Amino acid sequence: MRKILIRGAQVLGGAPQDVLIDGEVIEAVGSGLSAEGAEVVEAAGQVLLPGLVDLHTHLREPGREDSETVLTGTRAAASGGYTAVFAMANTFPVADTAGVVEQVYRLGKESGYCDVQPIGAVTVGLQGRKLAELGAMHESAAGVTVFSDDGKCVDDAVIMRRALEYVKAFGGVIAQHAQEPRLTEGAQMNEGIVSAELGLGGWPAVAEESIIARDVLLAEHVGSRVHICHLSTAGSVEIVRWAKSRGIAVTAEVTPHHLLLTDELVRTYNPVFKVNPPLRTERDVLALREALADGTIDIVATDHAPHPHEDKDCEWAAAAMGMVGLETALSVVQHTMVETGLLDWAGVADRMSFTPARIGGLAGHGRPVSAGEPANLTLVDSAYRGEVDPAGFASRSRNTPYEGRELPGRVTHTFLRGRATVVDGKLA
Amino acid sequence: MDATHSDPRTQAPARPVLEGPDIARMLTRIAHEIVERAKGADDVVLLGIPTRGVFLARRLAAKLEEITGRAIPVGSLDITMYRDDLRLGPARTLARTEIPGDGIEGRLVLLVDDVLFSGRTIRAALDALGDIGRPRAVQLAVLVDRGHRELPIRADYVGKNLPTSLREAVKVQLTEEDGRDAVLLGVRETAPAGER
Amino acid sequence: MKRHLISAADLTRDDAVLILDTAEEMARVADRPIKKLPALRGRTVCNLFFEDSTRTRISFEAAEKRLSADVINFAAKGSSVSKGESLKDTAQTLEAMGVDAVVIRHGASGAPYRLATSGWIDAPVINAGDGTHQHPTQALLDAFTMRRRLIGPDAGLGQDLSGKRITLVGDVLHSRVARSNVDLLHTLGAEVTLVAPPTLVPVGAEHWPCEVSYDLDSVLPKSDAVMMLRVQRERMNAAFFPTEREYSRRYGLDADRMARMPQHALVMHPGPMVRGMEITAEVADSPRCTAVEQVANGVSIRMAVLYLLLGGNEPAVTNPRTEEK
Repeated sequence: MRKILIRGAQVLGGAPQDVLIDGEVIEAVGSGLSAEGAEVVEAAGQVLLPGLVDLHTHLREPGREDSETVLTGTRAAASGGYTAVFAMANTFPVADTAGVVEQVYRLGKESGYCDVQPIGAVTVGLQGRKLAELGAMHESAAGVTVFSDDGKCVDDAVIMRRALEYVKAFGGVIAQHAQEPRLTEGAQMNEGIVSAELGLGGWPAVAEESIIARDVLLAEHVGSRVHICHLSTAGSVEIVRWAKSRGIAVTAEVTPHHLLLTDELVRTYNPVFKVNPPLRTERDVLALREALADGTIDIVATDHAPHPHEDKDCEWAAAAMGMVGLETALSVVQHTMVETGLLDWAGVADRMSFTPARIGGLAGHGRPVSAGEPANLTLVDSAYRGEVDPAGFASRSRNTPYEGRELPGRVTHTFLRGRATVVDGKLA
Repeated sequence: MDATHSDPRTQAPARPVLEGPDIARMLTRIAHEIVERAKGADDVVLLGIPTRGVFLARRLAAKLEEITGRAIPVGSLDITMYRDDLRLGPARTLARTEIPGDGIEGRLVLLVDDVLFSGRTIRAALDALGDIGRPRAVQLAVLVDRGHRELPIRADYVGKNLPTSLREAVKVQLTEEDGRDAVLLGVRETAPAGER
Repeated sequence: MKRHLISAADLTRDDAVLILDTAEEMARVADRPIKKLPALRGRTVCNLFFEDSTRTRISFEAAEKRLSADVINFAAKGSSVSKGESLKDTAQTLEAMGVDAVVIRHGASGAPYRLATSGWIDAPVINAGDGTHQHPTQALLDAFTMRRRLIGPDAGLGQDLSGKRITLVGDVLHSRVARSNVDLLHTLGAEVTLVAPPTLVPVGAEHWPCEVSYDLDSVLPKSDAVMMLRVQRERMNAAFFPTEREYSRRYGLDADRMARMPQHALVMHPGPMVRGMEITAEVADSPRCTAVEQVANGVSIRMAVLYLLLGGNEPAVTNPRTEEK
C-alpha cells in the first residue's frame, strides 16, 4: 500500500507531530515517525485538520450545469479543504425522489474529489404542500438523512410538524431555510438603515426569527431534532440559545459570509453581495461570531451558491441570490474567528468537520486525527496572506464577494481516504 | 469675460498704465463720440459683456443720460455658452443676460467690454445676440484694445489703444468689482491653451 | 460636481446652489423668441427609459433640445428587460454608438448607479428616477420652485433654503421623490418633516436627517411648503391602509387643511396627482399649488444639470475641497 508521511504538522493547531498515512487510514500519529517507504509531505508550520465537511452546498447538477456540476463543485470543495459535502436538493429536477438523489450520489462517487451526500427535499418540488418520499430517499443507495427545501422555507406549520415527526423513524433531520414568505415578498436586502436609503425591498430579521421560534417549539413539542440553515441575525442567536437551554434538539449553522460581511456593502449595488438570507448589520455579525464561539451556533456551512456571470452582471433586482464559498470558507473562518481569538484550530475542526458530520450522520468523516481513523485530512498554511482571485477558482462560477480582498490561510493539501486531492495548493 | 486678464497666474507686480481719472475721461469721450456718431443715440441699447463690461456699460449709460437728458436702456449679454473654447475646460458658471424691456429689435446695439484682444469674445457675443433678436446695427465699445486680433473684428469706440506683447497680461480693475479703477499691465507666465 | 448625477446626496450645498442659479438663467431662455442655446451642440444624449414616464422623458428631451444636443430616445420596456443583461447590452450598444451622456429611468433601484460604475459605459449618467431609490432632478426642481416662491427668482440667487420648513406627505416608503427631497433639502439647510401612516414610512427612516410625524394637522401650521406624494390606490390591497376614504381623511389635503397652513405656504405635487385621494381638486387647482410651475421648472433644472455636467470637458467646479477626481 501507498504510504504518506505528513511531517511536523500542528495537528489541530497543537504541537508539531508526524502523521503517517497507510492506504486509506491513518496508521500512526507521533513524533519522529519513520519516513521509510513513504512519500513525505513537509508540513512544518502548517495546521493539520480533519477533512472539512460542508452541510450546505449547491452543486447545481442536475439542471444548472452552466453554473456548477458535481465534478466542478467537488473540485472546488477539495481546493477549499473539504472531503465531504452535502448537496442541496433545489436542483432541476428537484431531488425529491430516490432516483434523483441516487443520481447525485453516483456523480459524487465518480468525481473522486470529495464525498457527496445528497440532501433530499422535504416537500414535492419544494412546493411546501406535500411531503416528498422521505423514507424512500433514506432507503436509497444515497442513504439520505438530511432533508431540506433550502431556497424555500417550509412555511406551513402543519407540514413542518409532520416532517419533523416523520423522519424520527429513521433518525433523519429537517434543515430549515427560515424565511417567512409573506414578510419577505419582494425582499432584496436586509431591512434597515441601508435598505431605507437605497430603496431596496427589505428582508426583515423577524422573518427569519419568527420561523426559528416556531420550529424550535414544534421540535420540542414532537420531540424531534431540527437544524437551522444559515442563521443570520442576532435575534436568531438568542432564540437558539434559549431553545438549547430548554434542552430542545436544535442545531444551527452560520455561513462564512455572515461572519464577515454587512449590508453596508449593498451600497455598491453590486449583486455579488446579493444573498439569501441577506447580509445583515455589524451587530449581527458580532453576535454570530460570538455564538459560533460559544457553541450556540454549531457549525459553519458555506451555502456555496454558484451562479453564471450573466446572473450577477446586471442590476441588483434582476440578479440571482447567492455566493460561492467552498474555496474561501476556511480563510474567512481563520480571519473572523481564529485571528480574533474567538476560536482555536481545535474549535475550527469541531465547527467545520466533527459537528457537521455528526449532524448529517455521515460516517467516515469528521473523525479525530488519530491512528485507525480514515485518512480524511486537510493541511493549511495559516501564515499565508493573499488576495482572493476568482480566476483561480476550481468552481465553474466566480460569484465571490471577496474578490481582491486579502484573506489569510491557504489549503496546501487535502487527502480523501489517503489519496491527495490537493497537492501544494493545486488540484491533484 | 476675458480669461487672460483675470488669470491668477498673472505675475505680480503689475504696472498701472491707466488710473481712475484716465478711465473716467475715456468713458466721457466715448459717450460724446456715441452721441455724435449715433445721431443723438436715441435708439441705442447698451449691452455689457459680463463681468466688467456690464459695469462699463452702466457707467456709459449714465454719461449718455447726462449728455442727452434721456434714459438709455442698458443690459448685459452673457456669452458663456457661445464661447468657442467651452469644451476646453470644466463647465463654466453662467452670468446674467438682461435684455432691456423694449428689446433689441431694430435698434442700435452697442456691445461694451473691458479689453479687446483676440476678438473671440465679440464673435461669441454676436452669435448670442442673433438668438435674441435682430438689431438695426451692432457696434462695439472697449476700454482697452491691446491688439493681437485672431478674427476680423474691430472696435467702433476705444478708450485706449495699448500695444502689448503676447507675453503681457492686461487687467482691468473697476470699483464695482475690484474696489478701485485701474488698468494694469503685467507679465503672463504662459499662454494657456484655449485662451485668446 | 461629480461626473454622474445618481443621487441627490451626491450634491454638496455649493453644487446644488450652482444648479439652482444656473437654472434661473436657463429659465430666462424660455421667454426668448428663440428658445435655444448652443451649449451642447454636437453632444449626443440618450434618454434610456426602462419605465414609462412620458412627463419626465419629454422634460429631459425639451431640456436637451434647448441646449442643442442631439437626442436619442430609447424606450425599453416589456419582457426583454425583465432579464437583467439587457441593461448591460443596451449600455454597451450606446457606448459603441458614442453617446456623450445617458439619462436613465429604471424600475430597479440602483440601476443608474450600476450603469455608472459597472464599466459597461464611460459616459456620464443622469438618474431620471430609479425604483424607490432616487430622482435627483425632481428634488432639484422642487427646491428651485421653493426658492423662487419663498425667496424670489432674483433674491434667491446664491441662496439655499436655510430655515425653511418643508413637509412631505404620503407614501414615503415607495417614493424616490421623498428620498431625493430629504437628502437635497437637508443639504440646502431646510427642516424636513415626513408625514405618513406608519406603514408607509420605511424601517430605517429614523436615521434620515428629518422628522417623522403621523399627524398632518399638527405639522401644517408650521410648514412653508407642503409636498403631497402620490399614493397608489393598490397599496390598500397590501394593507398599508384600510380604505381610500380613511387615508384621505387622515392624510389627504383639502381646503380646510390648506387653510391651516401659513398664508405664504405652498402646496406642491410632483404629479401626476390622484385627485380626491391625496389632494382635493379644489386644492390642486388653487393658486397656492405649484404643480404646473414645477413642470416648467423641471425643464430649466434639467437644462442646468445637463449644461453643468456636459458643457465643458468635465463637470463644473464648485468647491475644490469636495471635488471628485
